[in-house]
Amino acid sequence: MQGSASFTTSPRRRLAMPWPGLVGLAILLLWLLVVAFGPALLSQDGADMGNADVFAPMGAQHWLGTDYLGRDMLARVIQGARYTVGIALLATLLASSIGTLLALLAAASAPWVDALLSRSIDTMTSIPSKMLALIMVAAFGSTLPMLIPTAALIYVPGAFRIARSLAVNINAMDYVTVARTRGEGRLYIMLHEILPNIINPMLADLGLRFVYVVLLLASLSFLGLGVQPPDADWGSLVRENIGALANGSAAIVAPALAIASLTIAVNLLIDNLPGRAARGDH
Amino acid sequence: MNLLILRLLAGRVAMALVSLLVVSAVVFAITAVLPGDAAEAQLGQDATPESLAALRHQMGLDVSAPVRYWHWLLGLLTGQPGMSVVSGTPVSDMIASRLPNSLLLAGITAAISVPVALALGIASAMWRGSWFDRMASSGAVAVVSVPEFLVATLAVLIFAVQLRWLPALSSASSIDSVGQMLRVFTMPVLTLCCVTVAQMMRMTRAAVVDQLKAPYIEMVQLKGASPTRMVLAHALPNAIGPIANAVALSLSYLLGGVIIVETIFNYPGIASLMVDGVSQRDMPLVQTCAMLFCAVYLLLVTLADLCSIVANPRLRHR
Repeated sequence: MQGSASFTTSPRRRLAMPWPGLVGLAILLLWLLVVAFGPALLSQDGADMGNADVFAPMGAQHWLGTDYLGRDMLARVIQGARYTVGIALLATLLASSIGTLLALLAAASAPWVDALLSRSIDTMTSIPSKMLALIMVAAFGSTLPMLIPTAALIYVPGAFRIARSLAVNINAMDYVTVARTRGEGRLYIMLHEILPNIINPMLADLGLRFVYVVLLLASLSFLGLGVQPPDADWGSLVRENIGALANGSAAIVAPALAIASLTIAVNLLIDNLPGRAARGDH
Repeated sequence: MNLLILRLLAGRVAMALVSLLVVSAVVFAITAVLPGDAAEAQLGQDATPESLAALRHQMGLDVSAPVRYWHWLLGLLTGQPGMSVVSGTPVSDMIASRLPNSLLLAGITAAISVPVALALGIASAMWRGSWFDRMASSGAVAVVSVPEFLVATLAVLIFAVQLRWLPALSSASSIDSVGQMLRVFTMPVLTLCCVTVAQMMRMTRAAVVDQLKAPYIEMVQLKGASPTRMVLAHALPNAIGPIANAVALSLSYLLGGVIIVETIFNYPGIASLMVDGVSQRDMPLVQTCAMLFCAVYLLLVTLADLCSIVANPRLRHR
């Protein structure tokens, strides 16, 4: 996601990005700042029930109103950002790196290794992502240390597929053949010849995958199967405050809008990256 | 139909069956083998060696994992997937009571979303670059990039809270008249439609636009056909295969959507049954529901493949 400036276009137009992309970038940076510094700047503790009303409307005291226990909603959303963005970012990084490494291995190894890896990973994709998530949660529970590998595992196949198709193309290039004839080892071919040439499209793919992970985790938390109380990500915040749906209070609108702003911002950014990679679905 | 097509079709179906078998092994491994000893987990602190052995025997855990897998698979195929750990009733009965509701919901959604999505997709391909196309396309991107529960929440806020047209919750237990049916189904169907229409429209538009780039379309333009005629009479027949593919693939997105929608609207379908199963860790129920969903998913994906094979004219006239 940070790799936008390093895309190889002509130097003059390097930073030229259409305005929707800049808007996306700005929103994304804002959320990252909130994740980094937000909780330290809070004047109110998100766990403090205080003596405020339940589902209080927006006001000077509570900018986004209060939730179903009378807690400050702004604090809850800011603390939730750490879970939503943090878990999703870790899971995405894990999924993309495992997928890329396996793909490099598949491209640089003997054909039977490639066939074996590709076939077994293809079978993983015949389980719908939400279904796989439900099965994993049923089996291993949904503690934080389990949620991250669960989400990562679900999105490894997608990252692998894209990275493999890129790596196989690079692998057929003359300079890779030269390196091989020179007697370079498999690891050198993987990391020095192929990886630098697929890293940019994989970074764009990382952004898209991040959106899928955010959506999946939010859905899980919304079903009550993701982040467990007293911790709460944005999906759990929507679930907790579903009682406020009838009067349309900010307690339910705020976390929902937070998710939408994050995912749409990343989408806008990826769509407007200069020299963006071909964008596939899943 | 010729032999080549038949052979391709048979190959695809065989591959789907093999995938389903592998998926069943993966599901069984994740739910029954990897988490460790279910008997030990159930007894917890009170476990004595004798009670542990007795419970293992009762749960059939004293045989090896491949044998258990084989029994489980046979049970699934003969319609006896075991007893629910939580309620003690047969899983097949629980599913049988919920399945018609889910099928009805999916059927109504498909019947509405397919024509709407095709019309929108073809129209925005026909007038691509126009304000209509831009509105429809960015609307679709927006719907695709937010979670389903957000669409559902917005629908409730607008139609149940602001306009007061519909109740916020539905329950299929009280259908006596057409009016009641409308009230029960409108919100879930509306939400599901939003999600599938967005997917399907994007893929349909891409399929038609792809055809419009072909050289023969330039020829059609040069001979002076109107844009409408160009799309409907020339591009569309060639895009049928990709479009059928897109429809089947988008319907598989229904599976993800239905999990959220049944839960948020309290709809007594099979997905909400599975979500309850997951939160109560009722493994036999989770396994069976998961296999059911995976089977439907593979069926739709395979159908998509079959459509594109049958619709390929190069294979037809050989």
